[in-house]
Amino acid sequence: MKQKSLMKRITGSREALLAIVLIVLFVIVTAISPSFLTPKSLMDMLKNNAVMMVMALGMLCVMLVGGIDISIMSTLALSGMAIGMLLKYDVIASPVLAFVIAIAIGIVCGFVVGLVISRADVPPIIATMGFMYVYRAMGYLISNGGEWASAAALGSFKDFATTDFLGINCVIWVIVICYAFFFWFMKWTRTGRKIYAVGSNAEAAQVSGINVKNIKLLVYVIMGLLSGLGGALQVSVYASAMPDMQYGGEMDVIAACVIGGVSMNGGRGTVLGALLGSLILATIARALPLIPFFNQLWLNTIKGVIILAVVIINIVLQRIADRNALKGREM
Amino acid sequence: MNKKVISALLCGTMILGAASPVFAAGEGQKIALVGKSAGNAFFEIAAASFQETVEAEGGEVEVVYPETATADAQIKVLDNLISQDFDAICIAANDVNALQAKLEEAMDAGIKVSSFDSAPNKDSRQVFINQAGTQAVGQALIDAVLDITGGEGQFAILSATSQAANQNAWIEAMQTIMEGDEKYSGLELVEVAYGDDEPQKSTDQTAALIQNYPDLKVICAPTTVGIAAAAKYLQDNEATCKLTGLGLPSEMLEYTGDDDAHSCPYFYLWDMQGLGKLSAYATMALVSGDITGALDETFTAGDLGEYTITEADDGGTEIVLGEPLQFTPENIEEYAELY
Repeated sequence: MKQKSLMKRITGSREALLAIVLIVLFVIVTAISPSFLTPKSLMDMLKNNAVMMVMALGMLCVMLVGGIDISIMSTLALSGMAIGMLLKYDVIASPVLAFVIAIAIGIVCGFVVGLVISRADVPPIIATMGFMYVYRAMGYLISNGGEWASAAALGSFKDFATTDFLGINCVIWVIVICYAFFFWFMKWTRTGRKIYAVGSNAEAAQVSGINVKNIKLLVYVIMGLLSGLGGALQVSVYASAMPDMQYGGEMDVIAACVIGGVSMNGGRGTVLGALLGSLILATIARALPLIPFFNQLWLNTIKGVIILAVVIINIVLQRIADRNALKGREM
Repeated sequence: MNKKVISALLCGTMILGAASPVFAAGEGQKIALVGKSAGNAFFEIAAASFQETVEAEGGEVEVVYPETATADAQIKVLDNLISQDFDAICIAANDVNALQAKLEEAMDAGIKVSSFDSAPNKDSRQVFINQAGTQAVGQALIDAVLDITGGEGQFAILSATSQAANQNAWIEAMQTIMEGDEKYSGLELVEVAYGDDEPQKSTDQTAALIQNYPDLKVICAPTTVGIAAAAKYLQDNEATCKLTGLGLPSEMLEYTGDDDAHSCPYFYLWDMQGLGKLSAYATMALVSGDITGALDETFTAGDLGEYTITEADDGGTEIVLGEPLQFTPENIEEYAELY
């Protein structure tokens, strides 16, 4: 067996390629605006993108079984608004309880979505579109028709996002813990491997004794859980709860996964990919306003072009990798 | 016999004529208030104040919201209202032109039509009650920047989206005022950034402004989501850069103060209560015939004082409430209870 060349190894791994894209982005941005590559600036970037990064993990699971969930930001608004109102009207005061309630609401929302998709066999995009409207409207209803829960009403809950633990912001710890857990969960647990199995070939998985329906239900519950967590993080980081928060934000989460090489057809994608994908998106969002000679009206256009470019490179390299894999096969 | 009837009638008219000034301005008036859509807490403050004012004068108000925030839905509501015996309709229009036919029909039927918050075109209304002129907002904001910078230095604007009509008009007014007067010559507008009214993007934009312009003295955010996000970022990072703009008192309570621990010394917003009140008086004056909505007419709006009808930007007439309301560390707690 001859040693693989470095070039081949890089093109053979999407993650390595994404890491290179990320490093190139970092170098370019730092060259233009040196203040970008400071610990404070990077911490800011992670904190400001915590919601997207955490929820990308859920979207990874959903997309691995060939599904999609566009109701996530409505779930986020509903759970975030719920704890916002509970804190505002002094029903609860404990930050821990607020997190638990937000996550519980998220789980319930995800469970209902999962039931409709796995048991009634409704196409995921249709089912979650329905729930996108339902949960968003419920968010408005519990806000008494558009009230905000603002910084002054949130008491000690908002301090979570400004507190450091071992020198690192608590919000960033949440990201680290989530990614560490999912890295282990997807790679080393039976359930994690079952998710991949269902996504690669649902029939084969069924035949081999995996309860496909339950796995499909599970991924939407995971997504709901992380949406609830996202709701709590959003309210804490921005110290305000509004029923229209993160409107349209689901696209960023899906984009993070797609950039990270998660296949829309299921079966393909890794936690590392989701991490790199969301980091690339976060870097773009953070860096574009820093470029001074740059007309801000072009911001979204550039963001779209970069997403397309990364995805196209990804697909091309995947083809090369597939071809190389065929070539190298021993007959 | 005939003479007796006539004299009796004349007597009656005289008594009524003499007695009517004793009645309050809005006695027996029935006014419909049409909102843009249900569920806007901010609008409801004005609506409540409108209702209170009319009821205090002895009239009655029905507040009606269309099913959705569209002109079509408002037309349905108007259809329904015209068939009832309302004296006046006061509307916050969902579209500038689409309501013209319906509102003209209402005026032809003898119903007075006034408008506030957002105006239908000049042919669809008798008068528009404007919260604060574009110039007044621009003036207040640039004066705040001048005051907080101490007379000179760099400042930036954090707006909503690049297409937002209101924000662009205010920013343009600020720039025109700046160029037109020597006293603003020390100010330098370094950048207009757009946070799209999203907390996340507004935070990124604020961070970028601070990094790119270390000498930045003030950020002016004429949008409620933008100002709250910027206030949080500046305050958490103990930035020396200060903040002003247009915001909601309840959102800004935590960030408003004169010391270094707070990021915003003071900011502005319209007086929604005052707007509701002035609209109520103007509408009642239309019904009673004190005004017709023509240019230069004057009327008294209760304890708000005397107002004159002026020309609006669209060629119609309007009544301008006045300067935007200033929220300072002293009065913010009181207003935070309201909105």
